[in-house]
Amino acid sequence: MHQHVTQSQPASANLIPSTKARGKYFKRAFPFYTMISLGLLYFLIFRYGPMFGLFIAFKDYSPFRGVWDSEWIGLDHYVRLFTESDFMLLLKNTLILNVLDTVIAFPFPILIAILLNEVGNKYFKSSMQTILYAPHFLSWVVIVGITMLFFRAQDGGLNVLLDAMGFGRIELMTDPKYFRFVWLFHNIWQGAGWGAIIYLAAIAGIDPALYEAAKVDGASRLRQIWSITLPSLKNVILIMFILRLGSFIEVGFEHIFLLQNPLNLGVTDVFDTYVYRQGLVQGDFSYATAIGFFKSFVGLAMVVTANTIAKRFGEEGVY
Amino acid sequence: MNKLHSKGDRLYTFIVHAFLIVFTASILLPLIYVIMTSFAPARDYYTRSFFLIPSSWTLEAYHYLLNNPGFIQALKSSILITVVGTFINITITSLMAYGLSEPGIKGRSVINFMILFTMLFSGGLIPTYLVVDGLKLVDTYWALWLPAAIAPFNVIVMRSFFGSLPYELKESARIDGCGEWKMFATIILPLAKPAIATFTLFYMVGNWNTYFSAIMYLNDDSKWPLQVFLRQMLILNDEKIGQLAETVYTYTPAARMAAILITALPLLIIYPFLQKHFNKGMLIGSVKG
Repeated sequence: MHQHVTQSQPASANLIPSTKARGKYFKRAFPFYTMISLGLLYFLIFRYGPMFGLFIAFKDYSPFRGVWDSEWIGLDHYVRLFTESDFMLLLKNTLILNVLDTVIAFPFPILIAILLNEVGNKYFKSSMQTILYAPHFLSWVVIVGITMLFFRAQDGGLNVLLDAMGFGRIELMTDPKYFRFVWLFHNIWQGAGWGAIIYLAAIAGIDPALYEAAKVDGASRLRQIWSITLPSLKNVILIMFILRLGSFIEVGFEHIFLLQNPLNLGVTDVFDTYVYRQGLVQGDFSYATAIGFFKSFVGLAMVVTANTIAKRFGEEGVY
Repeated sequence: MNKLHSKGDRLYTFIVHAFLIVFTASILLPLIYVIMTSFAPARDYYTRSFFLIPSSWTLEAYHYLLNNPGFIQALKSSILITVVGTFINITITSLMAYGLSEPGIKGRSVINFMILFTMLFSGGLIPTYLVVDGLKLVDTYWALWLPAAIAPFNVIVMRSFFGSLPYELKESARIDGCGEWKMFATIILPLAKPAIATFTLFYMVGNWNTYFSAIMYLNDDSKWPLQVFLRQMLILNDEKIGQLAETVYTYTPAARMAAILITALPLLIIYPFLQKHFNKGMLIGSVKG
């Protein structure tokens, strides 16, 4: 594509910046800069503005004195964060949820994509897909809401059913021991079908001749999955895995926020919910910012590390 | 692949289908139960625990909800937030993506990196809140529209889509004296219809389902969207969690189910029409920037 540009412009335009050439360039480029400008403004204000505001993590911010006049206190907030017992709890909860999600939920989209690919009937396949995508379009409010209604203590349909079957009623939403299971189940229920799209697209790119040849050689369908489908998906799986590892300090905020209540705080509290409570509820803005900064920074370091490792293994990496 | 040769193959096909059917049933059954309860009289809910066909059909719950001023207000808010928000999203995103897809524009790679970097690192919740607060957007819908105006990932995917259109097309239009804006509107956009439609849907999902931003930025409950109204309605009804929230209201089970259904329905109706577009590997090759 770059060739076209050099063809349509004199090659000297970029090398000898005469006023005339520069004027010509801007006349040509002006419409494109105009198109980019609104988006650029958005990124500067709403994405880089907050990053610039991170310095209040090193201040004792008070809304009355404002961002500029608040006192500098250096690393005090971090000393507080690392010495407070909450920190270990937040880290523990975050890591447990991420390990569960990576080990149990991560393979589901791959499994679904492979199963869908094994279905011969086109209409059956596409209606299965339509249904599997549906939960992706439901909000967490709806998903958590349905779960709550099903397990309401005195009249929730599933609780009444469990009771009738002699298992007794369970307090699914308030008893901390069920939380991780509910959270994981939701993640799989909502995301597995949608997550399969990327693997399906990769499978669609496999040369059908490979399967033909395998069939001639008498390979069973399981064998074909093992020796053709899975190896072809290797790159996509690796990239998705890197992305997953890069967000290991992250837990989807709205979901966990909606599942959280004062009774299960011990297992549901993660960095983001803690930041919300300390910052917006308690009004301790700069301490909350400091925690958020710590989380973002660790997140960045993890993506960069994962990407570097992938490249060292001769893979393409995410960026 | 359709020919079944052996017992093993038949068993294999059976297992494949059985698994898919179990998975889809786990998605469909809860939704069907919600739909059916919303049309059922209250005694069904209390006496039959789990049922799929109501003993008699009634629209009581829908009458009740559509005559509830709070619900109507929330529905209007949600529609306004979604329509205006999605328009802003798709306009700014497609313009930026198209501008960045033009080869030879200086500063392109710097801006591309700026966009990518925001996917890896963010200022976080509080600093973003302070920016929105500083711009005096709190308690206005702009607080929902502007901070979420662009999803960086979508710009990157759209940019590579625009970049994949044949450059000769633009060249020949330019030779014919067509201006860049006119070309974008009359040649590029019609070609990009599937991509625009898909991203419009993605943005719509975000806007319609937004919950936390509304909680955070809107103190005025007359501006609250459906998601927030629904949450209040459900949580204030839960004995245990509700006690903690000091409940006063009560809604019938059918009204709660009907509210869930109305909240979920718009997106569930739209997405199957766009399925073939996002199926066809919209996302592949875009995992990489």
